[in-house]
Amino acid sequence: MERLGSGHLAGIAAGRLPDAQYEVNFADLHPRLDKHEALVAADRCYFCYDAPCMTACPTAIDIPLFIRQISTGNPLGSAKTIFDQNILGGMCARVCPTETLCEQACVRNTAEDRPVEIGKLQRYATDIAMEADRQFYSRANPTGKTVAVVGAGPAGLAAAHRLAMHGHEVTILEAREKSGGLNEYGIATYKAVDDFAQREVDYVTAIGGITIQHGQALGRELTLADLTARFDAVFLGMGLQGVNALGIEGEDLTGVEDAVDFIASLRQAKDKSVLPIGRRVVVLGGGMTAIDAAIQAKLLGAEEVTICYRRGKENMNASGYEQDLAAANGVIIRHWLAPKRIIGKDGAVAGIEVEYTAMTDGRLAGTGETGILAADQIFKAIGQSFSASGLGALHFEKGKIVVDGEGRTSMNGVWAGGDCVCVGEDLTVSAVAQGRDAAESINRVLAAQTQPAFAVA
Amino acid sequence: MADIRNNFIGIKSPNPFWLASAPPTDKAYNVERAFKAGWGGVVWKTLGEEGPPVVNVNGPRYGAIWGADRRLLGLNNIELITDRDLYTNLTEMKQVKKNWPDRAVIASIMVPCEENAWKSILPLVEATEVDGIELNFGCPHGMSERGMGAAVGQVPEYIEMVVRWCKQYSRMPVITKLTPNITDIRYPARAAKRGGTDAVSLINTISSIVSVDLDNFAPMPTVGGKGSHGGYCGPAVKPIALNMVAEIARDAETHGLPISGIGGVTTWRDAAEFLALGAGNVQVCTAAMTYGFKIVQEMITGLSDWMDAKGHRTLDDIISRAVPNVTDWQYLNLNYVAKAHIDQDLCIKCGRCHIACEDTSHQAITNFVDGVRHFEVMEEECVGCNLCVNVCPVENCITMEPLAAGSLDKRTGRIVDPTYANWTTHPNNPMARQAAE
Repeated sequence: MERLGSGHLAGIAAGRLPDAQYEVNFADLHPRLDKHEALVAADRCYFCYDAPCMTACPTAIDIPLFIRQISTGNPLGSAKTIFDQNILGGMCARVCPTETLCEQACVRNTAEDRPVEIGKLQRYATDIAMEADRQFYSRANPTGKTVAVVGAGPAGLAAAHRLAMHGHEVTILEAREKSGGLNEYGIATYKAVDDFAQREVDYVTAIGGITIQHGQALGRELTLADLTARFDAVFLGMGLQGVNALGIEGEDLTGVEDAVDFIASLRQAKDKSVLPIGRRVVVLGGGMTAIDAAIQAKLLGAEEVTICYRRGKENMNASGYEQDLAAANGVIIRHWLAPKRIIGKDGAVAGIEVEYTAMTDGRLAGTGETGILAADQIFKAIGQSFSASGLGALHFEKGKIVVDGEGRTSMNGVWAGGDCVCVGEDLTVSAVAQGRDAAESINRVLAAQTQPAFAVA
Repeated sequence: MADIRNNFIGIKSPNPFWLASAPPTDKAYNVERAFKAGWGGVVWKTLGEEGPPVVNVNGPRYGAIWGADRRLLGLNNIELITDRDLYTNLTEMKQVKKNWPDRAVIASIMVPCEENAWKSILPLVEATEVDGIELNFGCPHGMSERGMGAAVGQVPEYIEMVVRWCKQYSRMPVITKLTPNITDIRYPARAAKRGGTDAVSLINTISSIVSVDLDNFAPMPTVGGKGSHGGYCGPAVKPIALNMVAEIARDAETHGLPISGIGGVTTWRDAAEFLALGAGNVQVCTAAMTYGFKIVQEMITGLSDWMDAKGHRTLDDIISRAVPNVTDWQYLNLNYVAKAHIDQDLCIKCGRCHIACEDTSHQAITNFVDGVRHFEVMEEECVGCNLCVNVCPVENCITMEPLAAGSLDKRTGRIVDPTYANWTTHPNNPMARQAAE
């Protein structure tokens, strides 16, 4: 007899759903447009001058041009337009919060409250090029210069690709077992199906001149001083390894987990039915991580999933679209609730006491009124932090690496980009832009070093 | 309620929407469906002479161009006249006319340019008791290679001769269908009138190659690796047809000659425009071939509702109303000054007006004002060319506003003169005719 699941069982349990349901629940959120859909969507683009969508894109992809190339039957040319600015255009098409970037800026919003589907069109073109394994770039003649890139996430990969294009020899040092960074470990499963992150890494590194060494972490196997000694330049593209703690009673109870670990384990699990999930799940936080964890808890069969956020809807870092997606999946989002105490029974979570909050005199404060939510699993998604180690004397600000407009750190020969730096939003697309721009800056310096000296008679 | 009943050279139909001679009117089955849908009349697909009928290609007969969302804008065909037996057609025509006495049924005819050919077919057609005949001097492909269709329509003397035979050997009203594949439409129209035609109809299709198959380097539609020019029709040809209709309507020699307007009529609005430029009714083909016969219901209600809204009671209230306003360029008022104006509430900030003006015209539209994306007309540069209006994706966002007489034209620094003055008297015109002293 087919297993019908056990959604009603109390506690944390695997296999809450019938076997076949897992594949349905974790299928591609937005399957690629087919050719007809793409042409219809592309027809809506006005080919704006100095297009607002392009300005809104952190990587400044020429969106009107790539859409026009789709509409004229040239998806490969379109893909190249995208990759010229953003070699991770495939992943960005899947994970970018387009509703707050390019699609928010689309003039069609003014005209009819519905933007051109830029993200889906970008995926259409990039998928076609990547499935055809069409490489648009080749390496310049080897320069003999070596660059260390720390972290094989979006920033590191973008930097490595651009450096390889310029003929430099790149070594990527990655702490984890797989490349991709957050693309591999931090994205909701239904946004990057079919091992897309790894396929993208292969596509990017196929240019050649890039070596990836896994199990190499700064502060563990490496120090910045080693790298500056061994390489002509260093690019730091690490992510945020630390997870903020709640600092409340009961945080160490069984069933209190980091949302980022949950999301990573989902991505890595081939068989989702073996993943245990609570019957009643509470997610603390208001960002994308909270949403991704909550939706996937629901998709694993949790009966009741509640996001508690200590401020109002308008303060949530998760976009309106993400919030709607959560609501559509049956997640309850509650605002103005702060965690006060996690209640345990026999060493495991049984519930959480929350306090109502309000803004008083411009400050967020508890009102003193409390309530209890029953829960057997609690995910913390209240932010991540950069844990700096092995970085020596680099300058930091608010716990992140200080960089200038070109990605240069306070140390000569060391650049940085991505979530570890103190500028830009913590988005894949911002990381790509920073990695790419730092690579150009590195190239300028290395190229200047290789210029032969002239004596003018 | 507006009365849209049509009386075209004595042929009555409940509305001015006829189906043109083409595939939709090839046989009784289609025509019956058309009449059920509400069409006022049909011009039956062109009959050829007695004997073995013509044959069509067995591959593709049509090619097309499309606009956004694959809306068909232009259609090209290489189909010939009816490929059915003459008597089959005549029998069906007679029966259909009997079934639908209130609708117009016209026989389109194309036979060799010989008196006997016309003399022998006319009585056969007359016996069907259809309302009139249309002489197909327009078909630009296939038949023209055999000395018929456009090959006749391109020689005014032939037109006059054949029309004369038709008037001589038949008592039926004669409509002469003209080809646009000539340099000046007035010559064939004048010839038809000299021959005694009751009306002209135009335009037939335009010689065209609609596209090229870039994999096989052959024109489309491609038949066994080769293509032939076809006849172009559909919304794309409407402007060409409107001009030709107007040319005939305002020509001293043909002024008043009834015209059946053809060419890209797709909506009631297109039809109203043809009527305004002098057509007594319209004929439709491509729109029906694209959307089916039901579109006539939109045309009937649209025309009628518009007439009601504007207080026009009958078709005579609108037919030819725009003809007096069609003039030669040399008579346009050069003292008239208009400037583009952008409605900032409607502007969606796409920037197309700016780049069109900046790259290709007069550098008269801003893109940034005080560091903000903002599109505004600079009157001191604007020549009033209307390009921005035409490229703007939002209707009525950009409008052309005339400058009142007495106000300052910031571009020229001159005060707008209230008087009318045209090129014929302009000082820059070496041929200027001085006003009588």
